Amino acid sequence: MSAHPDALRTFRDNLRQAPGRLAAAAFRSGPPTTDRSRSTFVFGNVFLHLHSVRTHRWSLRWATTAGLGIATVSAFLITLVTGVLLMFYYKPYPDAAYVSMKDIHFVVPTGRFIRNIHRWAANVMVLAVILHMARAFYTAAYRAPREFNWLIGMALLVVTLALSFTGYLLPWDQLAYWAITIGANIAQSPREVTDAVGVTEYFDPGGLQRLLLLGSDAVGEEALIRFYLLHVMLLPLAIGALMAVHFWRIRKDGGLAKPADADRRLDVPALDTYPVFTDAPQKTYHLAAIVKGRSPAVGHGPEHTVPSMPHLFYAELAVLMLTTLVCTALALVSDAPLKELANPLVPENPAKAPWYFLGLQELVAFSAFMGGIGIPSIVLIGLGLIPFLDRETEGTGEWFGGPGGWPLVRNALVVGFSSAVLIEAFIIRFGWLREWWPDIPQLVITAINPGTLLTAIYAVYSLWLVRRFNSTRAGALGLFTCFLCGFVVLTVVGTYFRGPNWHFYWSPADWPAH
Amino acid sequence: MTLTPGPAPSRLDPESVPRRDVLGLLSLWSMASALVFAAVGMMRLPRAAVLPTPSKRFRVSLPETLPPGEAFVPAGRSVALFRDTEGVHAVSTVCTHLGCIVKPTAAGFECPCHGSRFAKNGDVTGGPAPAPLPWLEVTVNGGAVVVDESARVPAGTKVLV
Repeated sequence: MSAHPDALRTFRDNLRQAPGRLAAAAFRSGPPTTDRSRSTFVFGNVFLHLHSVRTHRWSLRWATTAGLGIATVSAFLITLVTGVLLMFYYKPYPDAAYVSMKDIHFVVPTGRFIRNIHRWAANVMVLAVILHMARAFYTAAYRAPREFNWLIGMALLVVTLALSFTGYLLPWDQLAYWAITIGANIAQSPREVTDAVGVTEYFDPGGLQRLLLLGSDAVGEEALIRFYLLHVMLLPLAIGALMAVHFWRIRKDGGLAKPADADRRLDVPALDTYPVFTDAPQKTYHLAAIVKGRSPAVGHGPEHTVPSMPHLFYAELAVLMLTTLVCTALALVSDAPLKELANPLVPENPAKAPWYFLGLQELVAFSAFMGGIGIPSIVLIGLGLIPFLDRETEGTGEWFGGPGGWPLVRNALVVGFSSAVLIEAFIIRFGWLREWWPDIPQLVITAINPGTLLTAIYAVYSLWLVRRFNSTRAGALGLFTCFLCGFVVLTVVGTYFRGPNWHFYWSPADWPAH
Repeated sequence: MTLTPGPAPSRLDPESVPRRDVLGLLSLWSMASALVFAAVGMMRLPRAAVLPTPSKRFRVSLPETLPPGEAFVPAGRSVALFRDTEGVHAVSTVCTHLGCIVKPTAAGFECPCHGSRFAKNGDVTGGPAPAPLPWLEVTVNGGAVVVDESARVPAGTKVLV
C-alpha cells in the first residue's frame, strides 16, 4: 500500500514552503533589500511603476513642489475611503436622504466623524489643487514638453470642483437645495443672452443644460439621483482616468520640471547616504529606436538621482500622513453643517455656496451668465493658452522664474488686489448701471459689469507687461497673479461681507434679525 | 511608356496606403460612425421627455379683505396674487436671476439670494435679474380662482372675478 512513502513528505514540505513560494510568486524580484532589488521591485510592480526607478534630487527638495500634488492625491484617497463608508447608510431619495444624514450624524458609530473627515478632505483637496496649480505655474512647469499635462491638470481642477458641487446636494438640507437651485440656474443662464436677442424659442442651450442636470424643471428626486450618480460614479471614474494620464505624463515628459543647471546647484550628496554611480559613464540607456530627442542624461551618469524606493516613497508617505492628520484634526474640531430639511418655498437667506464657489457667487450677483459661464470660460481658455503662448525657456523650474521675476509678481499682487478691492468698494458704495438707469437693456449689463471690467483690467495689465518686458512669460506671471488676487478678494467678500439679500455688512453681527 | 524607378523608399518613411486597404479603411470608418451614432443615441436617454413635476394648476380662495396693491401668497405656492378694481392677477415669485423665491415687500419684491428688486408689476428695479417677473394665467372656474404656474400671460392681463 505505502508504495510512495516520499509523496507525503514532499506534500508536507511543499505545504511548509507554500507561504514563501507565494511571496516569491507575488514579488518576483525577491525581498527588496538592496538598491538593485528595490529598483526591480519598483519597476515590476503595477502600482509602483508609475514612479521612475530613480528620482532626481531636485524633485525631492521641499521647495520644488511643497508636496502639493501628493497632498491632493492623498486628500482624494481620503474622500474615496470615507465616501465609500458613507454609502453604507446614505439613501439618495428626497427626505430619506436628509433622515439618513441625520442617522449618520447622530446614530451611526463614528458616522459624524467619517462625514466630517469626508467634508474636510474635500476642502483640503480643493485648496491643495489650487495651490498645486499655482506651484506649477510659478515654477514655469507648464512649458514644453509639459503643455498637455497642464491641460490635464486644468481638467482635474474642473472635475474636483464638480465633485464638490455634486456632493453638496446630497444632504438634502436647505443649504444643499438652494445651492443646487442656484447652480442649475447658472447652467440655464445662457438664456440671459438668448432671451435678450430673442432666439430662446429656437436655440436654448441653457434650458438643455438645466434639463440634463436636473432631469426635471425643478430640483427634486430626479436631480438628486443624477447628482448622486455623478458624485459616486461618473466623476470619480473621470478623475481616476485623468489622474492616471496626469501621473503617466509626468514621467513621460521627463519628471518634474527643473532648471537646466539643477545638478550644479545641488550639493554633493553625502557619500554614505545613497550609492550612486561614481564614475560617470559616457553613455545613457534608452530605447534608442523609439525615444525621440536626447535622453535627459546625455554625457553624465545619474549622480544626482537617488533610488525612488525608499527616498521618494518616504516623502510621499510623509505627505499622505500629514494630509490625513490635518483632515482628521479638522474633523475633530469642526462639524460638517447640516441645516433644516430642504424647503422649496423658503430660500436660505443668505444662500451661500461652499467657500470656493463664493467668488463665483459674487460674480453672478453682477450677471448670471457672465459670472457663472462667461468669465469662468474666459479664465479657463486663458489658463489653457498660457503654455502655448509662452514658448520661452528662461527660468523653467525656478520659483517666479522668467523676466521680471519676483518684483513683477509683487507689483502684480498690488495691482490685482487693489483693482479688485476698488471695484468691489465702488459697486458696494455706488451700485451699478441699473441703479442709475433702470431701463438699461440687459445685454449692456451682461457685457459691462464689475466682473467683466475686472477681467478687462487684468487682461490689459498683462498685455502691458508683455510689452514692457518683451516677454510672454512676464504677461503670464501678471495674469495668473491677478487671477489669484481676484479669486481671493471675491471669495473673501462673498464669504465674510455678504449678508441677507446679498447686501454688504462689515460683520455677521450687523445682520438684521429676521 | 517606360517606368523609371524612383529612389528606393526608406524604412523610416511613412508607408503609402495600398489600394487594397480601402476595404479595411471603410470598415474602420463604419465602425467609428456606428460608435458615434451609438454615443449620440445614448445621450438621448438622460434628456427626459416627460417631466415628473405635478400639475401646477391650483385653486385658491382669496381672502375677503385684500387691499389693492397687497400681495397674497397662497400656502405652498410661489405665486403672488393681487386684486384691484380691474380684477385679479398673478405674478410669479421665482426670481428670474437664479431661481430663488422673492419676498413681497412694501415696494414690490426682493430676492434674498442676490438682492434683485422688482416693482409690484414684476419689472426689475435693481440687482442682477435679467428679466421681469412673469405674470401667470388666472382663470375663473365656478366662482373660484384658478392659477396656472406653468402658463405665462402678457403683463397687465387681469381677470374679473
